[in-house]
Amino acid sequence: MIIDHPLLGPRDAAEFTYMGDAKLIDRPDPDADTAAQDFHDYAYLRDNPAGWHQELWFHEAGDRSWLVVTRNTLTHEISKVELARDVARSRGRNK
Amino acid sequence: MSQKNRIAGGQIDRAKTLKFSFDGRSYAGHPGDTLASALLANGVRLMGRSFKYHRPRGALSAGSEEPNALVELRGGARQEPNTRATTVELFDGLLAKSQNRMGSLRFDLLAINDRLSNFLTAGFYYKTFMWPAAFWEKLYEPVIRKAAGLGSLSGKDDPDVYDKGFLHCDLLIIGAGPAGLAAALTAGRAGADVILADEDFSMGGRLNSETFAVGDRSGADWAAQTVAELASLSNVRLMPRTTIIGAFDHGTYGGLERVSDHLHSPDAGKPRQILWRIYAKRALLCAGATERPIAFDNNDRPGVMLGAALRTYANRFGAAADRRVAIFTNNDDGHRTARDLHAKGVRISAVVDVRPDAPLHPDYQVLRGAQVVDTRGRLGLSFIDVRQADGTMRVVECGALGVSGGWNPNVHLTCHQRGLPVWDDAIAAFVPGENLPVGMAVAGAANGVFTTAGALRSGAAGAVAALDLGQTPDLPQTEDAPVNITPFWYVKGCARAWLDQQNDVTVKDVKLSHQEGFRSVEHLKRYTTLGMATDQGKTSNMGGLAIMAELAGKTIPQVGTTIFRPPYTPTAIGAFAGRHRGQGFHPTRLTPSHKWAQEQGAVFVEVGNWMRAQWFPQPGETHWRQSVDREVLATRKSVGVCDVTTLGKIDVQGTDAAAFLNTIYCNGFAKLAVGKVRYGLMLREDGIAMDDGTAARLAEDHFVVTTTTANALPVYRHMEFVHQCLFPDLDVQLISTTEAWAQYAVAGPNSRKLLEKIVDQDISNAAFPFMACANITVCGGLRARLFRISFSGELAYEIAVPTMYGDALIRRIMAEGAEFGVTPYGTEALGVMRIEKGHATGNEINGTTTAQNLGMGRMVSTKKDSIGAVLSRREGLNRADDLRQVGIKPVDPAEKVPAGAHLMNAQGPVDAVHDQGYVTSACYSPNLGHHIALGFLKNGGNRIGEELRLVSPLTGVETRVEIVSPHFIDPEGERLRA
Amino acid sequence: MRYSGLRVIKEALTGHKGWTPAWRDPAPKPQYDIVIIGGGGHGLATAYYLAKQFSQKSVAVLEKGWIGGGNVGRNTTIIRSNYLLDGNEPFYEFSLKLWEGLEQDFNYNAMVSQRGILNLIHSDGQRDAFIRRGNAMILNGADAELLSTAQIKARYPFLNTHDARFPIKGGLAQHRGGTVRHDAVAWGYARGADSRGVDIIQNCEVTDFRIENGTCLGVETTKGFIGAGKVGCAVAGSSSRLMAKADMRLPMESHVLQAFVSEGLKPVLPGVVTFGAGHFYVSQSDKGGLVFGGDIDGYNSYAQRGNLPVVEDVCEGGMAIFPMLGRARLLRMWGGIMDMSMDGSPIIDKTHIDGLYFNGGWCYGGFKATPASGYCFAHLLATDTPHQTATAYRFDRFEKGLMIDEKGVGNQPNLH
Repeated sequence: MIIDHPLLGPRDAAEFTYMGDAKLIDRPDPDADTAAQDFHDYAYLRDNPAGWHQELWFHEAGDRSWLVVTRNTLTHEISKVELARDVARSRGRNK
Repeated sequence: MSQKNRIAGGQIDRAKTLKFSFDGRSYAGHPGDTLASALLANGVRLMGRSFKYHRPRGALSAGSEEPNALVELRGGARQEPNTRATTVELFDGLLAKSQNRMGSLRFDLLAINDRLSNFLTAGFYYKTFMWPAAFWEKLYEPVIRKAAGLGSLSGKDDPDVYDKGFLHCDLLIIGAGPAGLAAALTAGRAGADVILADEDFSMGGRLNSETFAVGDRSGADWAAQTVAELASLSNVRLMPRTTIIGAFDHGTYGGLERVSDHLHSPDAGKPRQILWRIYAKRALLCAGATERPIAFDNNDRPGVMLGAALRTYANRFGAAADRRVAIFTNNDDGHRTARDLHAKGVRISAVVDVRPDAPLHPDYQVLRGAQVVDTRGRLGLSFIDVRQADGTMRVVECGALGVSGGWNPNVHLTCHQRGLPVWDDAIAAFVPGENLPVGMAVAGAANGVFTTAGALRSGAAGAVAALDLGQTPDLPQTEDAPVNITPFWYVKGCARAWLDQQNDVTVKDVKLSHQEGFRSVEHLKRYTTLGMATDQGKTSNMGGLAIMAELAGKTIPQVGTTIFRPPYTPTAIGAFAGRHRGQGFHPTRLTPSHKWAQEQGAVFVEVGNWMRAQWFPQPGETHWRQSVDREVLATRKSVGVCDVTTLGKIDVQGTDAAAFLNTIYCNGFAKLAVGKVRYGLMLREDGIAMDDGTAARLAEDHFVVTTTTANALPVYRHMEFVHQCLFPDLDVQLISTTEAWAQYAVAGPNSRKLLEKIVDQDISNAAFPFMACANITVCGGLRARLFRISFSGELAYEIAVPTMYGDALIRRIMAEGAEFGVTPYGTEALGVMRIEKGHATGNEINGTTTAQNLGMGRMVSTKKDSIGAVLSRREGLNRADDLRQVGIKPVDPAEKVPAGAHLMNAQGPVDAVHDQGYVTSACYSPNLGHHIALGFLKNGGNRIGEELRLVSPLTGVETRVEIVSPHFIDPEGERLRA
Repeated sequence: MRYSGLRVIKEALTGHKGWTPAWRDPAPKPQYDIVIIGGGGHGLATAYYLAKQFSQKSVAVLEKGWIGGGNVGRNTTIIRSNYLLDGNEPFYEFSLKLWEGLEQDFNYNAMVSQRGILNLIHSDGQRDAFIRRGNAMILNGADAELLSTAQIKARYPFLNTHDARFPIKGGLAQHRGGTVRHDAVAWGYARGADSRGVDIIQNCEVTDFRIENGTCLGVETTKGFIGAGKVGCAVAGSSSRLMAKADMRLPMESHVLQAFVSEGLKPVLPGVVTFGAGHFYVSQSDKGGLVFGGDIDGYNSYAQRGNLPVVEDVCEGGMAIFPMLGRARLLRMWGGIMDMSMDGSPIIDKTHIDGLYFNGGWCYGGFKATPASGYCFAHLLATDTPHQTATAYRFDRFEKGLMIDEKGVGNQPNLH
């Protein structure tokens, strides 16, 4: 596969390390009353769709960016590649 | 030996003669021959034996679809089993042996299987060999295994080198037949970056095998001329002898180039083969088509061949399979074979055409509406039995029979991404469907365009479309005959009519498969083994599908095909591995002191990709324990030095660096003073311990984090995740500096005295106490870092200098330490001292243990958020009888306490249910004079002093042990602070 | 029809006219006591044991394609019980014992071949871990033997013991491990289940569950609604897709695992060998092909195909330990969809929906588990209590912190 890195252009997927669903960005509030259940769902449950999937790839043999790649798990087609940092900010994550 | 079936013409170089040997007999051939063409020219039809029934077999085809003519090529370590004689380029001194036989090729004892064939039908083995149960492994299976298999591996290391390479292009053209050449010409002249790859050693595809003209010259000459023009274009890369084996994601193709297989052995410095990973913006598949046979009784005798293969042997190689040839066809292409052979002086015994309106020929008989129903001849064809249109039988004498059942487009690569082919009635074959791999188009016969003129047009048009060019070039006039075919798959009433010749799957087997309910194509394949041979059913699958369709009352497209999978043709495993074998399997990382340690005679050990000194044997030491014990004792007595560069180092800088580490580590880091180091434990988000190490605060906004050697990369990746994905606005920057700093542990009561001779600053206990850290200089100005941390439990430091000074520093330490008897120690002594001190490492932080298990439960701060804190509170991770890290010592000091052994109560059963824990790390402690160990014990914190049994049934150990504190040495930590 | 050598001879002498379909092709009935979704190894085994061991008379297996078309027909055929953890080892040892009597039990020669499995050791730390594991195996009643390099070399003379980047320092062997002809397992269970009255319905895809008031009443299929007292799901690879129809999110991801077979070769490898310093395992089939595999590709995928980097990685592992393999040819590569669970271990459990039961999360180790998985799932379906060897395979183990993590890599499925 080839991942079109937003900063570096097309790179072979072999340069990257895969982690999983980009929902891992949405770490729950550890102080919430429901934290125990929230963290269980966050850490363990996955939509695991057959189709479009937003997922986290780390450019380990490159610039060490974490990327959010939108990829189809049926065809492996990639429609979008973003810096995870930007996605995280857009989802309200900060410090 | 005369080449008795060598006929005129062809693209072989008759000026040169090549000697070769098959089954010990010498023959002669010419450059341009394949092994199969040379054997046929020499009158050799018998080339192999089939897999199951050991039936005598000759070449069926003239290409990579060959199921029968498989040989062991070359000898010694280069022996190459299952090599298709039809694709082996002849070279001088070529050595080949027939395979899968017991006895000689002519008298194969296992041919008895053919007599027993009625008992050995499809799937018979699923129904028997079950009693008595123990006989399967002891009797039945060994016999079956010995008889099975095809060729043999030598068992010796493959002596050749394989390379890997990477290519990029605008257009990858797969196949250099008329379509591929027209495409390459179009794209090449337009200036595009083109790769033209073909599995054959001579580009041109069928043009090299045909007699008709292309423009004003022969097809072969036009191909040669075109290849010459392409070769002159710097933007075109010609890759003959290169098979595109697979279409992978996003326009990535695998290509196997056979660099040296046509040579006796690779030239010096050259690989045998190269595996290319080709990144193609667009690809045009021009892979041609494969002729398919017709099934009839005993259609597998040597001499029964594909019609177009006979034509190839005659036209391209100047070889006749026999001087008398018959043809069996259901389409016009069979007649082309007859005409060409006739023109070459081969006698056409008869053309048997199933069609009542077959075209006639003045010079030989055409039997319209007739069928070949059987053949005769023990080791090769001598007669065929023909049933004529009126039902009468007729015997025709011939030494070769060309069978032409139509052509199947080579759709293989179009299906590698799960696309499905679609049925085309006009040619009675599957053609590529809509769902092609991204960027791929198909042209020529691969797309069902079977005329040469059509192939040229579609190839050129394919290039125009792929590259968005304006116009197609002028193309030469050539053959444009329509396809006339009447689908005909098998002769009714036949029984032992072969479909899959290699695996001996007959029409009868397909019928049995249907009868027993194995009716889906995948069941048919798996039950009968149809299409599972080394040719993957290239010539056999269609016949099987057609017969299954008929039996099931369905159409062929309703039955469908099995899945096409890479590689297109079998590919040497060595090519996929490339140079990643032997010492090159993984990269080797050397520490800064490696050269110096080598000079000291160190014994090295693989630690991941690193090589680390394991111990430093001294003269007179005959056992590793002597060296290790000495290193440990010397360090604890005076001073030792150890290269700890391999531990991960991560530089953490920024105004939020402390806040960041406070999140990363379960224990607090926010208030760590500048100039101080703190031990830190990192959890995964699931609450399990991930890694431990130290973080040194060199400045308000600057920390240096260390990790274990094994986790250097995962921890760094994790920290970047936490930063970039969870807390993107923290002002912190991370960089791995593992390779940037050479780092040595200097440990022992004299370590300060030694370092004072090297370090430029005051490092007295007052100025530089336990857990201090600083940017310093050494040797009069070289920048360095000093950390007063201890893994050994002694007064100790770790000192780091830029890697390029690492070698100099170890030499300086050794020189300055001579007065203290400084002792270099390796990973073994390091391990002994950390076990004596009770420090956990990868054996204890093994991915399943918690801070609690490690005796560090109280470190998990409840006052702050940190990764893993929430889930570490789950009930299952906080049970009263949790495993706790303990120390273990033998009751009898002479006994060992081996790692991997399990703990059992002093009394009671020894089994899994009563398991109390296990030993994680063990060693001999030269300071205590007996073996010691660390381990995990249920409720271990409350069981200090208890006696248990340590059992290792695997290694025959059962011994009594006492549970003690894991801190065997200096539990109060006085030495650290000295 | 009972299969035997005599029967084969009799049929051979009478034109093979007497062979009947290995299983019927029935139309679905409107209602069953138990419906199993998934005609793979686990689903068919479940049906077989439901009928045979738990006397269930009204059972159907629904298969969207052809039976045995999933991972049971696409794996590397290895069986073994060399696990470490309490939650796993008794289950896999139970499975291995079922394998040992399987063929006589279901009257089908699945070629269960206990040719042994060998895990190579390349470091002291690995030896310690393997000794711990070997002891756990023995303490659970399984067999294990620690072998020296010389002992290994005697059995596998072609191993690279002279030029290895990671020298072989011994091995952990389980002699009762081995291989099984994978397709035959599906067929044997199917035939055995069918002959005991189970309806095996192919080309019948479940499109939805019918759930009312928290109770599952049956399934909607491409052949209409089929009512069921209980529905058991055993659709490895598609588990998340199927259970999403019941609004469940599962603790797993679907990943592609590639597997490989070489051209047929005369015998060179007597048993199964796994490389301890890379991702590679290999055995030789009775037909002569070297069957081998390695790591998963590592990204979520339902595509049933992989990519070149892992193909190369696997072959590099092969060449590292058997340098003779360079001249053997890779014949075919394929990919299957794995339920990669969050701790690398499976789930056999009830769901929160009454009447809906789940079996999945087998990662890439499901084949060896087939008999015990079927048995234990049948036990759960028939008795509503877990089998004693499968008590740990619960959904709620993640909430409770009772993960069964053999590799110790945590909640990242592609690392298991």
